[in-house]
Amino acid sequence: MSEPITSDSATVAKSGVEVGTFASRRTLVFRRFLRNKPAVTSLAVLVLMFIGCYALPPLLPYSYSDLDYLALQQSPSVDHWFGTNSLGQDLLAQTLRGMQKSMLIGVCVAFISTVLAATVGTIAGYFMGSRDRVLMWIVDLMLVVPSFLLVTIVVQRTKGNIVWLIVLLSAFSWMISSRIVRGMTMSLREREFVAAARYMGVRNWRIIVRHILPNVASIIIIDTALNVGVAVLAETGLSYLGFGIQPPDVSLGTLIAAGTQSATTFPWLFLFPAGVLILIIFCANLIGDGLRDALDPSSRALRKVRK
Amino acid sequence: MSLLEVSDLTVAFPTDTASVNAVRGLNFHVNPREVVALVGESGAGKSASAMAVVGLLPEYAEVSGSIRLHGDELVGLSDQRMSAIRGKTIGTVFQDPMSALTPVYTVGDQIAEAIEIHHRGTTRKAALARATELLELVGIAQPDRRTRSFPHELSGGERQRVVIAIAIANDPDLLICDEPTTALDVTVQAQILEVLKTARDVTGAGVLIITHDLGVVAEFADRGLVMYAGKAVEVATVDQLYRDRRMPYTAGLLGSVPRLDAPQGARLVPIPGAPPSLAALPTGCPFAPRCPLAIEDCRTAEPELLELAGNHKAACIRTDQVVGRTAAEIYGISTAPAGAAPAADAAVVLRVQNLVKTYKLTKGVVFRRQVGEVRAVDGISFELQEGHTLGIVGESGSGKSTTLHQILELTPPQSGSIEVLGADVASLNTRTRRALRGDLQVVFQDPVASLDPRLPVFDVLAEPLQANGFDKARIDERVAELLGIVGLQRADATRYPAEFSGGQKQRIGVARALALQPKILALDEPVSALDVSIQAGIINLLLDLQQRFGLSYLFVSHDLSVVKHLAHRVAVMYKGTIVEQGDGEQVFTAPAHEYTRRLLAAVPQPEVNRR
Repeated sequence: MSEPITSDSATVAKSGVEVGTFASRRTLVFRRFLRNKPAVTSLAVLVLMFIGCYALPPLLPYSYSDLDYLALQQSPSVDHWFGTNSLGQDLLAQTLRGMQKSMLIGVCVAFISTVLAATVGTIAGYFMGSRDRVLMWIVDLMLVVPSFLLVTIVVQRTKGNIVWLIVLLSAFSWMISSRIVRGMTMSLREREFVAAARYMGVRNWRIIVRHILPNVASIIIIDTALNVGVAVLAETGLSYLGFGIQPPDVSLGTLIAAGTQSATTFPWLFLFPAGVLILIIFCANLIGDGLRDALDPSSRALRKVRK
Repeated sequence: MSLLEVSDLTVAFPTDTASVNAVRGLNFHVNPREVVALVGESGAGKSASAMAVVGLLPEYAEVSGSIRLHGDELVGLSDQRMSAIRGKTIGTVFQDPMSALTPVYTVGDQIAEAIEIHHRGTTRKAALARATELLELVGIAQPDRRTRSFPHELSGGERQRVVIAIAIANDPDLLICDEPTTALDVTVQAQILEVLKTARDVTGAGVLIITHDLGVVAEFADRGLVMYAGKAVEVATVDQLYRDRRMPYTAGLLGSVPRLDAPQGARLVPIPGAPPSLAALPTGCPFAPRCPLAIEDCRTAEPELLELAGNHKAACIRTDQVVGRTAAEIYGISTAPAGAAPAADAAVVLRVQNLVKTYKLTKGVVFRRQVGEVRAVDGISFELQEGHTLGIVGESGSGKSTTLHQILELTPPQSGSIEVLGADVASLNTRTRRALRGDLQVVFQDPVASLDPRLPVFDVLAEPLQANGFDKARIDERVAELLGIVGLQRADATRYPAEFSGGQKQRIGVARALALQPKILALDEPVSALDVSIQAGIINLLLDLQQRFGLSYLFVSHDLSVVKHLAHRVAVMYKGTIVEQGDGEQVFTAPAHEYTRRLLAAVPQPEVNRR
């Protein structure tokens, strides 16, 4: 779309201007993220784990439900890298199977609930008025619904269907963050750079995406990283209580639940699934930190002071 | 013996990379009843020096040298010992009266507290009675009632009076004022200076005033210390300082102050460059990189304060080059208005008629009812001609910013009409309004707040272009051109706003406003957040741009001298109405309205003989 105001004959008169391409924010943020070694490593590890948990099982001699009667309660060995449980099931296969579920749940729930929180929060905070009132009314309503009961009932009915689990967990975990995002947006919309953008004719949704979101990004990103952990733990908790993933299928939660009983006598039953869970959450947090530092131009100096 | 004797004072703030040497060997003294001013731009070490005297620097600051009050050493005293001195022998007035008072106690209680702390035996009643006396002394009407007011019930000027009352409550021997008038309106500023003079006369205290405002120095101080990069570079009586400055920096500072007696379009003398980083000072004179008179010797060794005549000292080896020359000659810049004045019958680009903006005052939480309204803008009319500058002058709360934003919104006003480039804003639809936005752009007061901290400069400048459908190649081309227009480097495009100095940030703000080649530029106090030497550069830039692109400026400011330099026509606003409107020359030389006269009289001028 070309507006009539762009008659540029007057100012391009300055001929000596060397015209090249400038790096925009996207490239700058990307470069800054790449410079952050722990974050890049975590991202690589998380991606590898994600690929691994789907790609490895077909290559293993045992599936997660196979029973090896010759190796009951075996500690890690060449045949069974992670050992076996009392039924002779291979723990590596089980852990991978559990990771499939848990990582899917963790990443999806964190992502969906954060997107919901950011959307609702910024829209309510930026536009105010009726939109704000309706959205905040919904938030308050969601907050008073006894979510845990609802989730347990539905999950039991659907026999541990993972899609339902994701939908319900994300539906009940965005409200608090959206309130925080709304508060921050309300103070940001009064700032002069937002007014300047409005007076330049930038559209509202573009202001939200370009100015509001990057400025509330630190809270959103921290929220996402934490949500990965929270979602995995919520699923773990549900499974532990018997409401989540139903046997014979396994998740990290059911594995940990089964392993805790013999955590001191047969530690590998507990340590491997729990270690994987910690690794996932740790990586998610490091990636979040890296993203936040990449987006926030002042973060590097701050970190220097802290060291 | 002098009251306060500071010798070889150094203050350093250790950081991880390098130590920031805020003050590097400062010597001065204050005699009883004498007013000494520390003058300089932000980052010159004025506040650090004064805070070292009262012992209010953060704990990690490294202070060395000697500070003697009545001959007693203050450096190295414990915080507890200092507390016995602070508030009793040394009174302090801070810059921001809004945050210097505790909001939850009445002002009477706060003054009484200051008295009770240092006089244990005082009864509450006696302290409050004394508080009332003090409030009367600092010129607050109905002091016995006002002692029971909370800070938020007082205006900014009244709050600053209360802060002064607290400072002089225990009859101090030394009064330290850290930018006491900076946050206030001009007319209030003049009154506060009067109160400070009274306070000095009543207590007989010596005063150490920190300010960047050379007008305030001329009005109030007896002696001045010009500070640069943590050192005094020129020390003299105020008289000598203004008549016979010897240091090129002082000359530059004085030359960059906008003056009420300058004609419209007169250019100022900015000091090129920016103050050096205090963490990594170059060898030699720290001012040498910005100094037009610098020679090889300046860059090899840092000059000591040299005695020139009597008490006049300057840290410069080229003082002979400064004597008798104007700042413009020293810096090699012409101050004459450039180019021809715009035609008197130029077309009207902005016409405002009977504009009204009111805010409803409501009461009650559940049942909101209207109890009245504030008429922020009350039926004002003005016109802006092409290529001209209209200055809207007024104090805070006069409705000038409201007017500006009402115009920028491009939405129909509550009452009255706004006509931009011949189009009545009430007749605009979404599409024509967006098209018109390109012709009407704005530069804000605070360069820090008006640039998105998360957006690199390229994206800041590209934003208006993207919003108006430029393609990638044209955007790159235009951004490069804009950077050139406002005097920035191409490499600056990938840096974030936080990496720039205040003046550079404001240049980015101007570049963004120019991106769409507007015809009208609304300037909302564009220079009031900047140091004088930087301010001068921006004013010159604005004058250049007007000449070059034939822009029309709608210039809102509380600073009459700045308006004098820029505006062809001036409208004076007071409580939502325009009380006087006319040609700049006429309004400033022959003001017709009482309020205009008051405003003009209150402006502190960098000249000594006005007292």
